Order: sequence, then structure tokens, then C-alpha cells
Amino acid sequence: MNVDKDLVAAMSTPLVLAILAEATSYGYAILKRVRELSAGELEWTDGMLYPLLHRLERLGHISAEWGSSPEGRRRKYYAITESGRGALAEQRRQWATANRTLGGLWGPGGAGFGVAVGA
Amino acid sequence: MSAMDVDTRVAEWRAALTKSRAIDVADADELETHLRDQIDELTAAGLADDEAFLIAVKRLGEVNAVTAEFAREHGDRLWRQLVIAPPAREIGRSTFTAMLVAAGLAAVVIQVARLLAEGDGPIAPWFVRDLGLLVLPILAGYFLWVRRAPLRLVLMLAAIVTLLGVVVNVLPFPVASQTSMLISLYLPVALWFVVGVAYLRGEAGSSRSRMDFVRFTGEWAIYYVLIALGGAVLLGLSGLVLTPIIPGAMSDVLAWVMPSGAAAAVVVAAWLVEAKKSVIENLAPVLTAIFTPLFAAMLLVAATVYLVNGIGRDFDRDLLLAFDALLLVVVGLVVYGISARDARAKPGLADAMRLVAIVAAIVLDVLVVTSMFARVGDLGFTPNRLAALGLNLVLLVNLMGTAWFTVRLVARRATVAATERWQTGYLPVFAAWSLVVVLVFPAVFALA
Repeated sequence: MNVDKDLVAAMSTPLVLAILAEATSYGYAILKRVRELSAGELEWTDGMLYPLLHRLERLGHISAEWGSSPEGRRRKYYAITESGRGALAEQRRQWATANRTLGGLWGPGGAGFGVAVGA
Repeated sequence: MSAMDVDTRVAEWRAALTKSRAIDVADADELETHLRDQIDELTAAGLADDEAFLIAVKRLGEVNAVTAEFAREHGDRLWRQLVIAPPAREIGRSTFTAMLVAAGLAAVVIQVARLLAEGDGPIAPWFVRDLGLLVLPILAGYFLWVRRAPLRLVLMLAAIVTLLGVVVNVLPFPVASQTSMLISLYLPVALWFVVGVAYLRGEAGSSRSRMDFVRFTGEWAIYYVLIALGGAVLLGLSGLVLTPIIPGAMSDVLAWVMPSGAAAAVVVAAWLVEAKKSVIENLAPVLTAIFTPLFAAMLLVAATVYLVNGIGRDFDRDLLLAFDALLLVVVGLVVYGISARDARAKPGLADAMRLVAIVAAIVLDVLVVTSMFARVGDLGFTPNRLAALGLNLVLLVNLMGTAWFTVRLVARRATVAATERWQTGYLPVFAAWSLVVVLVFPAVFALA
């Protein structure tokens, strides 16, 4: 299944903030975590993550620190800030509303049309 | 394929990436590490080096698409680096022709106006007052045309310009009165905001696009000064060469060439900023970096001296104007300083220096203005005093807000984006104040 591009774009900010809320991380690891969470169903062009990270950094939602990888490569680590946590909480409220609204139509199982027919 | 080959191919890929100025060295490092992590993982899973490289590059995305996305986030870098990649063709012919037409039109309009204003006697005062009105709408029109602005926007701006022109020229006030002088100062400022709306094609809402216009203004001013210097040399030499053969050549050259040249240069400078093609680095930020520490030191010394000695002078409009100019310069230093600042850099010495300059300017200004007020016996509010005081207040509020945001920046409680938003959000206040002086002052003081 391919998730619609616009939907992926809308999810990207809360997704990145939520992953960084778990722990400080870097681009490659964030993408691996996204794949793992979505069981590979969220297709993301890897390069697009970095402009997003830089935007969040500019807005002060995350902070960045250069370090190095075990192989000795320059690596940039990102951590969520207080303002980032605030933004994440706000996003979470919005997504909960979206979930509730659609869930009201689709039923708690989220099984779509099948539920309506069965009922 | 050996490890060497992978290194070569990664290097080639990196070179293709950094060709876009939207990606700086640090970004390229970050992306390269990502690419190599991916290659390592794929080879560990059993893929051959070249397969791993190809898949890793594909996953990272097409170079053009990635750089375009970086450019959207880092538009300020394009400004700083002056390479705006695609418009080579766009800027080409139509912009150049449009520039020539607009510059020629400005030159002719100013000449016709001069002839009308001169008549037989000395130049009529409306000529000086209306200079901005003669030239700047042409510049706005040039932008509207080049940017294919919607008709609605064109009509709206035309209405504003017409309103300004009518109010300024129809309301009666005594020749060479104070109001007339004020208008010749403030009308170009009000019209410059009209140019700004045209420049941004009406999309003047966001902080980032307003910042683009602020950058444009700084670069435009520098280009204009450079052209003016060149023009002065040209005029001086032509005078020297021609005077021996045609006595009085100099006054003709001054009367015919100078006004037209000055008017045309307004359009040409604007075109140069847009099409600069790497001619000059962005200069406003460079000048700011040099002068911020110097101004900070000067202001600190001045504030201390005034604090120690007190000020023993009566209300003096000239001194007040000097302080207005000083505050204006400090606002300029702040705006261009942050426009060039990497939004993601940690607060540093430059920010502290800026804070010193801002705070010293505020202290100095409050000190001088309040002591002037304290000494004024009869406070007759002439238009000039009111305008100078109003401008002082407008600038002071701006600097106080800026000081607050800079303190937060230095304390790492806010990002530079907050200061930027404050400054760009404040632009309408400047526009409104210039409109008040141009539209309200004449009405009020003509009746008084």
C-alpha cells in the first residue's frame, strides 16, 4: 500500500518530533525508525528528511549537535527542545481529532466498509 | 568495484550536490554520511559495492529534487550566494527589455516634469516634492509587469498611488512650508512600500517574503550609490572636457543628464539586484558586520558621556533629527545583521555586539528626548517637531522589541526567527507612519 504523498508530508513533522522525543537521534536512524514503525508502508525519499530537520531546527523545535559515528564520519545529532515538545503535543491533539472524526465513520476497528456491511 | 571506486563515485555525487548553492558544506557532510551509512548496511546484507551505491543514491532521492527542497528551506542562502539557478532564461530578454523601457520612461518623465516646473523662472517647489511620485510608480510598474501581476493588484496599487498624488498636490499649503518639506521626505518612503508590494507580487504576508524585500532594499541602495558615483565621475569629466569649447556646457549637462540619469538609475539598480549574476557579493550584510561593532562602541561612549555630563540644551529639532537618523541606522544594522545570520547558528559575539548597540542607542535616545521635553517651556507643536518626535517613538518601540528578542536569543530562549518576525511584522508600522505624515499632516496643518 502506498500512503498518499500529501498525507506523508502532513505526518512528517509530528513523526520526526515524536521519534526525537523518544531519544536523540540522527537522520539515517530516524528514517530506519520510520520504516520499522510503518512496516515499510511509508515511503519517504530519504533526502527530503534533512530540509525538514533544518526547518524544525530553525523554528527552535529541535537542536543539533555535530558528533561522529562509530566509523568516524561526521554526524549531526538532533534532540527535541521544550518548544518542540509543545509543538508535538499540539500536533498530537490535532491528529487525535482527525482520528476521532474518521473513526466515528469507519468504526472502532477501522476496517472500513466491511464494518458497515456487517452491522 | 573496490572501495576506491565507491569513494570516487560518492565524491562525484557530492560534487553534483554542492553545485547548488542551497547546500552548504555541512549539509553535504550530513548527506554523505547518510549515503555511506546506507551503502554499509546494504553491503553488509550481501550486495555488491556498485549495487549498494546505486540503491543508496536512489533512496536518497534525485539530486535535483533534493537540492530544490533544500533551496525552499534555505532561500536566504541563495540570496547570500547569489546563484539563483533557473532564472537564467527567465531573467534574460523580457526583463532586460522591460528594464530598458522602464528606465527610459523614468528618464523622459522626469525631464518633462522639469521643463514644466521650470517654466521661465526658478524651479517650482512641486518638482522636488513629487520626485518620488514621478519615478517610484514606474519601478513598481516594472515589477508588476515582469512578475505578471494579477490585474486586481495593479489596480489596487494604482489607486493608492493616485490617492497619494492627489492629496499631496491638491491640498493647499504655503509654498516651501514645513509640511511641503516633510512630504518630500516621507512620500518616497510611502511609495517604497508600494514598490515592495509590487516586488512581492502582492504576497507580502509572510515574514520570509518581507525579509526578501528588506534584503532587496539594502542591495538596491548599494547599487544606487555605486551607479551615482560612476555618474558623478562621468558628469565631472564631461564638464571638464566640454567647458573649454562650449562655455556653459556644465549647466546644460547638469540640467539634462543628471535628473534623467538619477531617475533611470532607480530602475537599473533594481534590475541589477535581481539579475546580478554574481557581479558583487551581497554587500549589505558585509557592511553590517564591519560597522556593528564600531557603532556599538560609539554608542556606548556617547551614552556614558551623556549620562555623566547630562545634557544642557533646549529642545532642538536638529539634534532630534540626528537621533532619529541614529536609531534608523541601528535598526538597519540589526535588520541586515540578522538577514545574513545563519538561522541555525548558536548565539555568539555578533549577537552580543548587536545587543550592546541596541541597548546603548535606547538609553541614549530616552535620555536625550526626555531631557529635551523637560526643558521645553512652551511646546508649540510644529509639523516638523511632531514628525521628528513621532519617528523617534516609532523607532524606539522597534528597538525595544528588538532588544527584548535579542536578549532572549543570547539567553538561548528564542531563535533568530523571532527577531526576524518582529522586524518584518513591524514594517507595516513604518508604512503607516509615512502615510500619516503624507496624508494626515497636510490636512491637519493646512486647517490649523
